[in-house]
Amino acid sequence: MKPLIEMRGVSKAFGGVHAVEDVDVDLYPGEVVAVLGHNGAGKSTLMKMLAGAYRRDTGTVLVDGNPAELSSPAEAFDLGIETIHQTLALADNLDASANLFLGREIAWRVGPFKIMDSAQMRDHAAKVINQLNPRFTNLNTPCRDLSGGQRQTIAIARAIHFEARVLIMDEPTAALGPHETAMVGELIRELKAKGIGIFLISHDMHDVFDLADRLVVMKNGQVVGSAKKDDVTQDEVLGMIILGKCPPNAEPGPGARVSQ
Amino acid sequence: MTTETLEPPSLAEPTNKRGFNVRTLSLVGLLVVIAVTFHFLSGGLFLSARNLYNLVVQTSVVAILACGMTLVIVTRNIDLSVGSVLGCVGMVIALLQIEIFPQDAAWNWPLTVAIGIGLGALIGAWHGVWIAYFGVPSFVVTLGGLLIFRGAAFEVAQGKTLAPFDPVYRLFGGGIDGALGVGPSWALFAIIMVLYGLGEVLVHRRQMRLGFDSTVRTKLLRFLAVFVVAAAFVATMNSYMKPRSDIGRGIPVPALVLLSVVLFMEFVTRFTTFGRYIFAIGGNIEAARLNGIPTRRTVLKVFIAMGVLCAIAAVVTTARLNAGTSSTGELLELSAIAAAVIGGASLSGGRGTIAGAVVGALIIQSLESGMVLIGASSSQRMVAIGLVLMVAVLADKYLSGEE
Repeated sequence: MKPLIEMRGVSKAFGGVHAVEDVDVDLYPGEVVAVLGHNGAGKSTLMKMLAGAYRRDTGTVLVDGNPAELSSPAEAFDLGIETIHQTLALADNLDASANLFLGREIAWRVGPFKIMDSAQMRDHAAKVINQLNPRFTNLNTPCRDLSGGQRQTIAIARAIHFEARVLIMDEPTAALGPHETAMVGELIRELKAKGIGIFLISHDMHDVFDLADRLVVMKNGQVVGSAKKDDVTQDEVLGMIILGKCPPNAEPGPGARVSQ
Repeated sequence: MTTETLEPPSLAEPTNKRGFNVRTLSLVGLLVVIAVTFHFLSGGLFLSARNLYNLVVQTSVVAILACGMTLVIVTRNIDLSVGSVLGCVGMVIALLQIEIFPQDAAWNWPLTVAIGIGLGALIGAWHGVWIAYFGVPSFVVTLGGLLIFRGAAFEVAQGKTLAPFDPVYRLFGGGIDGALGVGPSWALFAIIMVLYGLGEVLVHRRQMRLGFDSTVRTKLLRFLAVFVVAAAFVATMNSYMKPRSDIGRGIPVPALVLLSVVLFMEFVTRFTTFGRYIFAIGGNIEAARLNGIPTRRTVLKVFIAMGVLCAIAAVVTTARLNAGTSSTGELLELSAIAAAVIGGASLSGGRGTIAGAVVGALIIQSLESGMVLIGASSSQRMVAIGLVLMVAVLADKYLSGEE
């Protein structure tokens, strides 16, 4: 099977600090790859480069085997790469349908302007959101007045509506209660069954072992190692995260600590 | 089932259960209180045709600027330079029209207006590039602009006053002949009401087709309210006679300019993606960026629009004064900001309406005009308007229930 995403030697520095250094990661259709590491390990930066939010300094990214520039979020969207950001990327003063279609409104071009078809956007938004969360009916309410779960629903609805082929989920359950967390888990399984590739950034070891097929651990911007979920134990993964120690069953990366 | 309406969600304005905008309605209420109070205090002068005609002309300039200022404020920026830009563009128009181009040429005034608008756009782009691309705070950039363009306004003609303007150009100022006349005013009223009614019917049918609960009563009430207010406005403007005659003036040209600006800006903010992006940027610029909105280009365009509106306001102001002076438009930025803020624009971004800005401008100018009528000095007027601005924002804070 051909990989959806191949990242090769990707690096990014912010003012001399190497946030991401020489990272190789793959993602296959229908696969959930968990990206793990401490805060500041470079997980979010790596994923933001794939989402087009940051430009990488060096390295190549192949999408379906074709090199991709990924210089803007719009370019990532065109390639079918959708992101559920940790912050959810919602404009709090706008309502659900405005946020769902933000930056990708249904509109007709008239001269220099694009006139929005609000009714159609509302219609689509109601359908997608209803499918995810039937109790979410206050579609006219500005997002600031919605619950954490409802806000999350809008961010997820974006990815569903625009038919993501690659989905990046940055801490999708961090702000949710147990019931909603279970719903996100269910959703991940559904999307996976449809052949969508998912990068899952999470701190929750239970989530990771429950949902992921493979995991990649990062430390100080480098990959410590990657492994199939079934080949490693939770303790070994913690060792990778905390100590940068790559266990024998995992494939070591450039960031693995060499034992003396 | 909750009541679904197709009111533009981008504005995120609180509406009551009949779908009216609470904030704008309470401002209209405030306006009525101001008008009635000054009417009695001034012994019946405030609500006279003559005073209302002048009030409309005076309000136009501030309201045109306040429309642009609302967009600027919604993106969480500010523009302190609008008075200076107005002065500078007005001087350039005056210099070209009066001293450089042949005075009797028919192309003279249209060309100078076009050049003025081009210059306004250029100045707006200059500010926009500094703010959106160089990342300098708009407060600083436009404070610089306030000084630069006031200085430039002086340099254009070494501080000379330039007069007189072309008679046709002067119509933009709403002087003796600068109004539409009785018949055309009613005709315009009829056309606008028919178009407005048709628009509402079309929207309603579309809502029904898509299965939304369309609120017929709200639409009907709103149509009637607009009809009555507009008819009263036209009747009043028509009942103000030209000097020593019984020829009614009709809708003043500055009001027509404002009307065009308002209709265009309402269209942009409610129905276009550009309008949506302006509100998204003000609500959460990082979210806007992550969703692929061209945030810098959008902010640049907002400042270009502001510059063009400064130029339009410069045409109205210089035509009304029938002179170009380097001090034209001084302190006007403060009136424009105050009008936008009283009209509900939030300085923390993401909130504001064009209609609110116009009502805000009307409130400020009514206070000015009313206090002039009761003999208050200009210093007393400044104190009063400063207080009203603060109270309006305080009241708004409690009305909207924000922290």
